[in-house]
Amino acid sequence: MDLRFGIQLGIIGLTFFMLINASALLVLAERKIMGFMQQRYGPYLVGPHGLLQPLADILKLLMKEELRPKGADKWLFTLAPILSVTAAFAAFATVPWGGETTFFGLLDTPVKLGVADINVGLLVVFAITSMGVYGIVLAGWASNSKYSLMGGLRASAQMISYELAYATSLAAVILLAGSLSLREVVDTQAGTWFGFIPRWLVFLQPVGFIIYVIAGVAETNRAPFDFPEAEQELVAGYNTEYSSVRFALFPQAEYINMATMSAVATDLYLGGWHGIPLLDTYGLSWVTFLLKVGAILFTYIWMRWTLPRYRYDQLMAFGWKFLFPLSVINLIVTAALVLYFNA
Amino acid sequence: MPEVVTFYLLAGIAVVASALVIGQRNPMYSVMFLIVAFAALAGLYIQLDAPFVAVAQIIIYAGAIMVLFLFVVMLLNAPQEDGAEWDRTHPLRRAGIGRFGAMLAGVLILELAYALMKVNGLGAAVGSQANATTVSSVREMGKVLFSRHAFAFEATSVLILVAMVGAVVLARREGES
Repeated sequence: MDLRFGIQLGIIGLTFFMLINASALLVLAERKIMGFMQQRYGPYLVGPHGLLQPLADILKLLMKEELRPKGADKWLFTLAPILSVTAAFAAFATVPWGGETTFFGLLDTPVKLGVADINVGLLVVFAITSMGVYGIVLAGWASNSKYSLMGGLRASAQMISYELAYATSLAAVILLAGSLSLREVVDTQAGTWFGFIPRWLVFLQPVGFIIYVIAGVAETNRAPFDFPEAEQELVAGYNTEYSSVRFALFPQAEYINMATMSAVATDLYLGGWHGIPLLDTYGLSWVTFLLKVGAILFTYIWMRWTLPRYRYDQLMAFGWKFLFPLSVINLIVTAALVLYFNA
Repeated sequence: MPEVVTFYLLAGIAVVASALVIGQRNPMYSVMFLIVAFAALAGLYIQLDAPFVAVAQIIIYAGAIMVLFLFVVMLLNAPQEDGAEWDRTHPLRRAGIGRFGAMLAGVLILELAYALMKVNGLGAAVGSQANATTVSSVREMGKVLFSRHAFAFEATSVLILVAMVGAVVLARREGES
């Protein structure tokens, strides 16, 4: 077998491994941070400081009985969680997560960290994340339960609405970077302005960054936009009728989607793996990347445990009447400035 | 010849899925098979060195339009077509209408066959293989779209806007603000 092919397979395996672990770690982080914010310890009994809690959670879910309601649609009920989690994993395929590295001189030629680097990478991420809504909608419909159906309907309406603002904020970044490849977008952000401000796009696109983060939270169905599973109104929303492993796949997809959203935000707005020159010289640029992703993920969890949920009509009005027009204005202003400075 | 294998695989999936779309009694399954057909088409576009068109196909058709379809099917909660009822009483089952439909299908098949026989240089119509990469690049496509086809592009956007306004007007009931 060709050596490069083997290395590429290794990177794919590594990415997959990291994503699976990201979902487990995020569950723990969420419970620990929630505990910290509510002035208690959080999970503390399994392993040192409760570090093995995710393993216990997964084992518990695996051991549970798998139920399917009698009136549920057999095929779509099984297909829905699979679709959700597949879309979540596949979306990460074109997200680069580090610069070139030789793994401390282990390899002769440096390799790029990331599964695939294609020239429309950004659009691929967007296309696959938008397919993720099918998992939730089908779960809601196939369960044949009123609560699930309401959750599924809300999910589809919400995701269609916020996808517009999301895509429009991405378009402004594409205009500035002049490329649809995520790796090229990151490489335009290397270096500094005036020697001390990093050339990150967040400084050129502050409004776009905020729109991206808000729309990203809505796209991943996280609080304060977690209407598809609003427990006070809908029991558990689209996943009410699910149990055992099928249920476990939904939160897993949600956490992987959060990781993807944060990784894309890091690549687009926060300079990707650039920023700490010392780490770059040792080929450890991916550590910089992970630090930034971790910071965004912390903000995600922070938001969930401090902000109350919106009302549903407020969510729709905010998306259509404020966020979408704002992102269009942002796009037009960016386009005008790009034309002005490039001409 | 891996290209031939993948072409027949994807084309086969597209044709079978399309046939299944109209063969389903449950509208939810029809929507799902239509998504499969669109995904297979996107695969064919990738094979034609047009990744942008493929991704656009997924985003617009599989991602946006089909979610809307699904939304409508769920909202109306369309019941399964009852087989026996449909067979006996539906007006579309009357013999005269059936014959008319069969005639239309026959005409369509003849037209398609005639058109396919006329086209012998498909390469000339699409453009030579050499500049396929330049044609499929986003930059070149944008240039052509906004210069040579600018009028068609703008006309389409107005058409879609009119359709949207019309839908809102029709959907709003009398007397509501």
